[in-house]
Amino acid sequence: MPLHVSIATRAFRRYSTYTAATLAGIFTNCVFGVIVCFVYTAVWDQSPRAGGYDVQDALTYAWLGQAMIMTVAVWGGGSPDDLAERIRSGDVALDFYRPVGILGWYVAADLGRATFHLLTRGIAPTIVGALLFDLRWPSGPITWLAVAASIPLAVLVSFSLRFLVAASGFWILDSQGTKVLAASAAVFFSGLTVPLVLFPGWLQDVAVLLPWATFLQVPADIWLGQRSGLEVLAGLGLQLFWAVALLAGCALVLRTAERKVVVQGG
Amino acid sequence: MAELLLTPLVRYCEIAALWVRASTTYRASFWMLTVGGFLITGVDFVGIWILFHTVHSLGGFSLREVAFLYGGTGLAIAIADLFVGRIERLGSMIRLGRLDTMMVRPVPLLIQVCADEFALRRIARVVQALVVFGWASAYVDWSPGRVAMAASMVVSGSVIFFALFIAFACLQFWTADSAEVANAFTYGGNTLTSYPLTVFPGEVVKALTFVLPLAFVNWYPSLYILGRPDPLGFPAWTQVLSPVVALAMAGIAALVWRTGVRHYRSTGS
Repeated sequence: MPLHVSIATRAFRRYSTYTAATLAGIFTNCVFGVIVCFVYTAVWDQSPRAGGYDVQDALTYAWLGQAMIMTVAVWGGGSPDDLAERIRSGDVALDFYRPVGILGWYVAADLGRATFHLLTRGIAPTIVGALLFDLRWPSGPITWLAVAASIPLAVLVSFSLRFLVAASGFWILDSQGTKVLAASAAVFFSGLTVPLVLFPGWLQDVAVLLPWATFLQVPADIWLGQRSGLEVLAGLGLQLFWAVALLAGCALVLRTAERKVVVQGG
Repeated sequence: MAELLLTPLVRYCEIAALWVRASTTYRASFWMLTVGGFLITGVDFVGIWILFHTVHSLGGFSLREVAFLYGGTGLAIAIADLFVGRIERLGSMIRLGRLDTMMVRPVPLLIQVCADEFALRRIARVVQALVVFGWASAYVDWSPGRVAMAASMVVSGSVIFFALFIAFACLQFWTADSAEVANAFTYGGNTLTSYPLTVFPGEVVKALTFVLPLAFVNWYPSLYILGRPDPLGFPAWTQVLSPVVALAMAGIAALVWRTGVRHYRSTGS
């Protein structure tokens, strides 16, 4: 365990080196947050209870979305990108020899990265949003606790999906294409484009059960108090289910890949 | 004079052709990247379509009118992104010392930077914007003047985004890892202009007219094409100003690029 903690710490430090990039990213998140808020204001002015949200919920959702983009790496990235590069170059063969499990290593590194992004690109835009607009806050310590449990679960689900995408490189060498396809699914089905609660009929029924719903919609609904009591547990349960199922999938794929790996030139 | 302008363009096409051949080597990946490029901007429009399930108009504009605005700005940024989008990576070219290599080659530096890793798959975004624009255009009451305005809108809009890509990428001459600031203005500007500007406060529209003239990408020309009076009461001639603004922006971008290149002193390591 201390090994994995130090992997996570180093991943955290690695990302914290690029101060200008972090500040630039926060600025961009804030610009998008403001744009989305004006659009949502126009929508909820006309339809004040759209999707069961009031305008304050909608504006808060807009900023939570900006906060989660980098934390759960909706567009892809994080430690699975390193794996993709090592698969392409063939270095991954060495990873299989190491006395440390590959999956645990990359999970730890990505949790370190996510912690850094949550503390910077998650919290900073949320504060800016709160200064500019009237946002809703979790109603009490239990809600805060549920939010705190929900975010790492979201990261784990997103990590597993990104890991599976990177692992597709074992079979097709260049995983860039799979990454872009996965990113467009993630951006849409996470509720980043528009909240899933606005999706029409059956599309919503399906979307709220997909793994991407755990990225933003579930944590946001807990934060906003849209889920209360048992519904909070149901939300966390959905996240836990996808995290366990997809991580098991990752382990399975790794075992299959291990048999298949050929060192380039050998 | 003609040669002065033509030679760099020919060089650009040569470098671009090289990269196109390279990228089609991984066939499966090329097609997935192309389809992905189509989807990733496509979902933005699906998002707008979903919003219209809840409301009948946005800022006083119907879905088809918003689609026209979305298609107009989408085409402009997609064309700009296809040809000069790679300039975003200026910082990494500086870091890896590749910019120094380019400087000693007998092709204009800006041409090399923009043509570097030219990605034909980015044409998917052009097609995606064109589909939405085409659908919205079917409902426009066309006249010769409006057709001319639409052509001028796409060309001027692209030039404005060309200029934004180049000018903001030049920041990386000073701070190599600040690439994302540019995104706020390029992609942020694209998102902003995808909606009727009536959605935003008047101050924002004024800023987009006088400070960062993104409103000229699609908003003013579209008001003319859709036959709508200016909500802020600007005179009608602002609607024909886009080409002038585009030229001015291109001039500013060229100046910023020159200043950046003169300031550049290599990485020093």
